This record gives sequence, structure tokens and C-alpha cells, in this order.
Amino acid sequence: MTTVERVREEAAHIGAQPAAGQESGLTGDTVDLRVLKGVPGGAPEEVAYQVPMVTGMVVLDAVHYVQHNLDTDLACRWNCKAAKCGSCSAEVNGHPVLMCKTRIDELPAGPVVVHPLKTFPLIKDLVTDVSRNYEINREIPQFTPAPGDEGPWRIQQVDIDRLYEYRRCIECFLCQDVCHIMRSHHYADRFYGPRFFVRVASLEMHPKDVLNRVDQTRTDGGLGYCNITKCCTEVCPEHIHITDNAIIPLKERNADRHWDPVRFVGRFLRGERPAGDGTQQGH
Amino acid sequence: MATQTAPGALITEPHAGVGLQGRLRTAPWWLLPLTVVSVLGAFTVYAIWTAFFSGGVNQAGPYLSPFYSPLIWATGPITPALWVLWSPLLFRATCYYYRKAYYRSFFWDPPACAVGELRYREYRGEAHFPLFLNNLHRFFLYAVLVVTGFLWYDVFLAFWDPKTGHVQLGLGTFIMLGNVTLLSLYTFGCHSLRHLSGGGLDCYSQGRFGMARFRAWSAVTVLNLRHAMWAWLSMFSVVLTDIYIHMLRAGWFIDPHVVF
Ligand code: SF4
Ligand code: SF4
Ligand code: FES
Ligand code: FES
Repeated sequence: MTTVERVREEAAHIGAQPAAGQESGLTGDTVDLRVLKGVPGGAPEEVAYQVPMVTGMVVLDAVHYVQHNLDTDLACRWNCKAAKCGSCSAEVNGHPVLMCKTRIDELPAGPVVVHPLKTFPLIKDLVTDVSRNYEINREIPQFTPAPGDEGPWRIQQVDIDRLYEYRRCIECFLCQDVCHIMRSHHYADRFYGPRFFVRVASLEMHPKDVLNRVDQTRTDGGLGYCNITKCCTEVCPEHIHITDNAIIPLKERNADRHWDPVRFVGRFLRGERPAGDGTQQGH
Repeated sequence: MATQTAPGALITEPHAGVGLQGRLRTAPWWLLPLTVVSVLGAFTVYAIWTAFFSGGVNQAGPYLSPFYSPLIWATGPITPALWVLWSPLLFRATCYYYRKAYYRSFFWDPPACAVGELRYREYRGEAHFPLFLNNLHRFFLYAVLVVTGFLWYDVFLAFWDPKTGHVQLGLGTFIMLGNVTLLSLYTFGCHSLRHLSGGGLDCYSQGRFGMARFRAWSAVTVLNLRHAMWAWLSMFSVVLTDIYIHMLRAGWFIDPHVVF
């Protein structure tokens, strides 16, 4: 049974009466879907499928249609179909996007070409191995309040407001995929990448955190490799201003510590070590 | 799991082809870099011409070109533009927005998002010499804040007829006023200023001047959201103001004005 037939049957079962000509939202058009299929070591191949167009269809719907009706072997990763879990990242017509958030009627006419994330090692078809991201995550020291000040606290709204933006991250890793330092220069071994600069920024700006991760982010995290070209910001489905609100503030905090002769003189006069001692004052 | 990669082994083997994926895209990705290269190139050539080869200080009546302000050692052997121009030029050259623009358009690193690089070579970014010198941006900010003060003073002078000492309103007055307004909207939306004004604080509600700095940070943020737009508009306005004063100086026409 095809998806369309199943929808019809379910609609009949619950007594829904689609208006004439609008049955199941079928538009009568066909989507020319091309999916890059392949396994590691093999030569990936673009396979074409004809998928019946449905009103409001997203790319993930089309891929599901193929899985259910045309090619049960096709692998893809997804969970929520609501742009909230970050699983269905792929490259549609060369643009890194969430498949569940990309409407087919908003794409230019012509074939819809779906490739897996290019930056990460292939597992199968549209599924890639993003585990390096979790390793990077573990390298970042977690939230650390001052000893003896473990909370609970009452924090003023004004002190916490800007952190909400960073907490919106759904870890789709589209930013890691699009970043040319990961994608073209293959620096995942020495570059944390935009998603983790967002995480570091959220920890560094927390009023109750007392660690300082700025030097580590520069040395181990390769903050200096980022040349603020903003592709990460452009692809983020949560519209986090990754470059302006996370990366540039971190670069400026680094400049405070290493590129500011005014502060350098101040520290020298106070007899402090040149770049602080790795902690910062929380309130 | 089908493939298990060793830590750090990721991304050494791109799996889906390399190079520009132009085939998959409909919009010409090279259009923007080409425009940026042309406009920034033209601006650089113009700045060099007006500072060094346009025949002395560009000044006409009450109007002083922003390329020459503040006027230092006007009769010296070197063009007075040299004493000042380095600060706005280096301020722009190290500006986070212009960095994005020229890394993409001149260095092609990357030329556009997700299109691959044209050359595969060792990448150093801003982690090493010379580009890590861009971290000095805030010092050019300090210098430019001083220059901006002089530019506002020049606008004040543009309201006075130099011969009679009376108040005057000319087309040039408004051009100068518009220009310095755009320059200020650009300068006061600077990312470094955003950090220095309050972005660098972790806690606003406690500590001296915390809330004042929060308000300063919020104000800079409003301008910062349109920083790229102010960058371009103020660049055009500086050139237009300079051209206008050149035309007055060459005697092509007389500044339309009223004296009170
Ligand atoms: S702004 Fe930096 S982190 Fe973001 S994509 Fe560009 S180089 Fe990568
Ligand atoms: S920052 Fe945005 S693009 Fe990057 S992983 Fe989080 S939600 Fe995805
Ligand atoms: S399936 Fe959850 S984000 Fe697309
Ligand atoms: S970041 Fe553009 S002027 Fe400072």
C-alpha cells in the first residue's frame, strides 16, 4: 500500500471528507528526487525517484515516501519532523539544511538533489558519523560555580537573558558541516567549530561560572582559525547569531587577555601574571 | 555502527566529491565576491588618489574633506592625509565585517558557503602571523573615536560662512552632516566597542556601572545588527563627500547655500 492509499484509508476510517480535487493534498505533480546513495569505500551514486507531490511536502516526506514505497534500503536519520531534534541534517541542492524544515514548493523548479553532510564520514546513504562532535564537547570543561556556592541562586533576568539564545542549539551540526575549516581544510582535530564556540560562550558569559575557557578555546579549540565568514550563522536553523554573539565575543575576550597593551600595563602595575590565572570572577 | 573513526580522524577523507558544487546551485555564488572586489578595489584606488595625487588639501569654503580631517601640518612636505588616514583605513581593514567581506571575496576562504575551495593549501586563518594582527582592531577603534570627534567639529564649522562669520546652510553642510552621521552609525556599532562597552561583563546587575554598561551594550547592539549596511553606506558617503568638495574646489559650480 502506498502512503497516499494509506492516508486515504485513514481519512475514510475517521470519516474525514476531503474536498473534491484536494484528496490527501495530492497536487498531481511529481517530484524528481535524487538521493546520493552509498556506503564507505564504495562510489556513491545519485539515484532518481519519482515522488507524488503533496501540498506542504518537505524533503523528509519525500525521502520517507521513497523508503516506504520505492526503496526500503534507503538510510536516513530523523526523529521529530519538527525541526527540534537536529537529526535530519542533509544537503539539499548543495545547501546544508534540515530536511524536515525544507519545503519542496519553496525550492527552485527542477530536481531536488539530496546529499549527506559532506564534512562527516559516511555511514550509509544520508547517514553520517557525527561522533567527533561529541568528543569535542567532552573536551570543554562543564559549568563550574565557585566552591561552596553551588546554588540554588536567584539570578537577575538581565544577567541571564543573552544566554537563552545559545541554549536554543539543537545540535544539528549544520554549522560544523558548512564551516570551511571543517569542510575544506579538515581541521576537526584542532578546531572546535561554531557549535562549540556557542557552548563555550554560553558558559563564559554565565554569571555563576568561574572557569575561564578562553585560552583553551584559542589553543586547543583553534578559535583563531575562524575567519568570521559567517556561513555557520547563515545555515543555523535556530537562527543563533553564532558569529556575532558567540565567536566575536570570544575573540574579543581573547584580545582582552593577549592583545590589549592598556590592560597589559594595568596588570603589570598590579603585579599580576600577563594573561590571568585561568579563573575569572563570578558574582 | 558501520564506520567507527578514531578521534581526530574525522574529515580527512571528504566522501562526496570535492570542488565547487556549482551544478547543484541556481544562484551564481560568484556574483557577490565579484561585486565586493570591484567596490573595495575602487575605494582603495580612490583613497590613494585623493590623499596623494589630487593636488593638496581637499578643502573648499567651510568644507574640509573627511579624508584630511583633522588637518595636521597642512604646509608640511607630506600630504596631511597621511597623518590621519591610517586610522580609518586600518579601522576598516581590521573591522570584523570587512574581514568577512575580503576573506570571502579576495582570499576565497571560502568564496561562498558550502561550495568548496578553489585551492587546497595549508590554512592558517587568523591563528598566525600576519592575520592575527587583526586582533588589534580595538586600537584603531580608539584612534577613530578621536577622529570622529574632529569630523563632528568639521560639520560644526560647515555651518559658518568663513568670510563673514555668519551662519550658513549649504548643500555641502548637509552632505557633511549626512556623512558624519553615517560614519558614526558605523563606528558606534563596532563589535569591539560592543565588547568594551559591556559585552565583556558576565554580570550586569552587580558591580559598579553594571546597568549603565548593560544599556551601553544594548545601544551598540542595535547599531551592530546593521553593521554591514552602515559599513557600506558610510564608505560611499565618505567618497561622495570628498568628490563634492573636489568639485567645489575645482570651481565646477558654486555650493548652493543661504547665509543668515
Ligand atoms: S564564521 Fe568561523 S566558525 Fe563560522 S563558518 Fe565561518 S569560519 Fe567557520
Ligand atoms: S548552532 Fe545552530 S547550526 Fe549549529 S548545531 Fe546548533 S542549531 Fe545547529
Ligand atoms: S527530524 Fe528532527 S530536526 Fe528534522
Ligand atoms: S567591527 Fe566593524 S568597525 Fe569594529
